[in-house]
Amino acid sequence: MALFQSQSDAQLKLMDAAVRMRGRSLWQDALERFRRNTAAMGGVIVLCLIALMSMIGPLISPYTLEDLSWEAIGIAPTMTNSHWFGTDDTGRDLWVLTWMGARVSLTIGVMTTIVAMSIGVIYGATAGYAGGRTGNAMMRFVDVLYALPLLFFIIILVTVFGRNIYLVFLAIGCVEWLTMARIVRGQTLSVKRKDYIEAALASGVRTGTIIRRHVIPNVIGPVIVYVTLLVPTNILVESYLSFLGLGVQEPLTSWGVLISRGANSLETAPWLLLIPATFLAITMFCFNFIGDGLRDALDPKDR
Amino acid sequence: MSAVLKVENLKVHFPIKTGGFLNSTVVPLKAVDGVSFDVGAGECLGVVGESGCGKSTLGRAILQLIKPTDGRVLWLGENLCDLAPEAMRQKRSDLQLVFQDPLSSLNPRLSVAEIIREPLYAADPSISRGEADQRIDEIMSDVGLLPEMRNRYPHEFSGGQCQRIAIARAMVLKPKLIVCDEPVSALDVSIQAQVINLLRKLQREHGLSLIFISHDLSVVRHLCHRVMVLYLGRMMELADRDALFAKPLHPYTQALLSAVPIPDPALERAKEPLILSGDLPSPLHPPSGCVFRTRCPKASPKCIKEVPAVEVLSGGHQIACHHWQD
Ligand SMILES: Nc1ncnc2c1ncn2[C@@H]1O[C@H](COP(=O)(O)OP(=O)(O)OP(=O)(O)O)[C@@H](O)[C@H]1O
Ligand SMILES: [Mg+2]
Repeated sequence: MALFQSQSDAQLKLMDAAVRMRGRSLWQDALERFRRNTAAMGGVIVLCLIALMSMIGPLISPYTLEDLSWEAIGIAPTMTNSHWFGTDDTGRDLWVLTWMGARVSLTIGVMTTIVAMSIGVIYGATAGYAGGRTGNAMMRFVDVLYALPLLFFIIILVTVFGRNIYLVFLAIGCVEWLTMARIVRGQTLSVKRKDYIEAALASGVRTGTIIRRHVIPNVIGPVIVYVTLLVPTNILVESYLSFLGLGVQEPLTSWGVLISRGANSLETAPWLLLIPATFLAITMFCFNFIGDGLRDALDPKDR
Repeated sequence: MSAVLKVENLKVHFPIKTGGFLNSTVVPLKAVDGVSFDVGAGECLGVVGESGCGKSTLGRAILQLIKPTDGRVLWLGENLCDLAPEAMRQKRSDLQLVFQDPLSSLNPRLSVAEIIREPLYAADPSISRGEADQRIDEIMSDVGLLPEMRNRYPHEFSGGQCQRIAIARAMVLKPKLIVCDEPVSALDVSIQAQVINLLRKLQREHGLSLIFISHDLSVVRHLCHRVMVLYLGRMMELADRDALFAKPLHPYTQALLSAVPIPDPALERAKEPLILSGDLPSPLHPPSGCVFRTRCPKASPKCIKEVPAVEVLSGGHQIACHHWQD
């Protein structure tokens, strides 16, 4: 027993010395937990594969987006003439279309989320930290915007400025930040009461620095989780818009565009719907698994 | 001993909304109500009182973390309450704060070095990396932390060590006054002694003034030169430690002291405990006259009508009671 004790003591001392040099931040701890989560790591890998294919997929195929061929209209997926996913009703290769669509859909998902996150985090943290009348006024403004229907807002933008992919980024981002702002404000209100904020104030740290160094890093956990759920939501929103003819414009394509067109030829060429829809669904699953994994990894109760 | 800090008639009233949606009225919650005292250079002033009597509020109001409703806080002769925010920010390196809950007072996302570096940069943004690092190492060994631990994070430390980090953060700017808000009540007894002794050592070495807030009288007796007793936001008694513990004059102080165990068993058995009846009244509706009268064994009709004025006796002993001579 005594031997065992001293051995583990020695081990502890070694570990202690190693840790003392580095120190492990909460971020590193969370990353470690995330790595051990199989479903989430699977999600990351599959998602990376899809992103990779969206980059190299169109290059592998002998066809391009512009190749319309009369001989190859409505071919089912086949290995023989390199139409691996078949072709659509104008003879375009679905393999190329799918990966080109992935580019647009993923970019829209990520870009709109970045827009929403930047606005939402800064606005929410400021409103929460300011508190009182200013904070309340800022949140009432958010409530007013909430009452504006997303679709209505986008239709107005599109009719005023014309159809444009950047407009779609902006429109979706400008609407989705509202929820983000609410989440961040709620978190900020609870962080604001922590003594370390008061200690920083007592040391003469400026407000901007307090928000940047103390508030945002401590509220960002739930935000990251929400972000992973927002990316697929925004991909879906773009699909709705494309379905209504308000999304990206030809020759650009997106999964939403492909699905809406595939839905029209469901009886004659089901692969036109099934293939892009499958990729969309897989992407949704991946983001959801990652979101779950992040939530578990960042959960402060595990600390 | 010359006073570095003079607090005059300090009042902190929080506006509290009461009543329904339509007939709501704002009632002031008098967390601190007309407190005056001073703190000398290198002196440790203890502030004691029950939970909710306004000790923390007093400490925060002195540091202007809460704007006082009325009164003056004179720091080296200058009224801090009148300073513009930027001018006050410049003064902050002189006045620091240590909190009760060591873990909540340290940002969990920052390493020890980052935590201690922050006040240095706030006070002097042009300080070089090397100099900041050197000051961090110095102060860490001063408070009994190994400088090699500088890259660790708060959750990797024990409560006592976290409190040392908080003290290091407060000390790194070489302040002249530190308000310690119950710095040891969240710690184990054995760790308490270490942290108290550390504070005492730092105070002696650096000629620091301390305002030591606590509800543990034995700790206050060990550390402080003078002691102020608060009740419901008002000062009841303020005296030198020895005078106060040997001969408390205020009935409230007497009751507080009678609850402290005496190390001598014979004396402990012989003493008759003075137990206060009733609960602490709500600070929203404090009793008229003397706020302590509802629980005071000596209360008389005069106490209901008149607020007792603070009398200054020989040796600077201050007391607010109509009947201290009875
Ligand atoms: N921001 C605030 N708004 C309204 N009321 C407050 C606020 N801060 C404190 N109070 C009230 O002021 C009174 C004094 O509070 P304070 O925290 O100073 O007491 P304390 O003596 O430090 O108590 P404890 O020993 O529990 O720390 C309490 O009744 C409290 O409810
Ligand atoms: Mg307190």
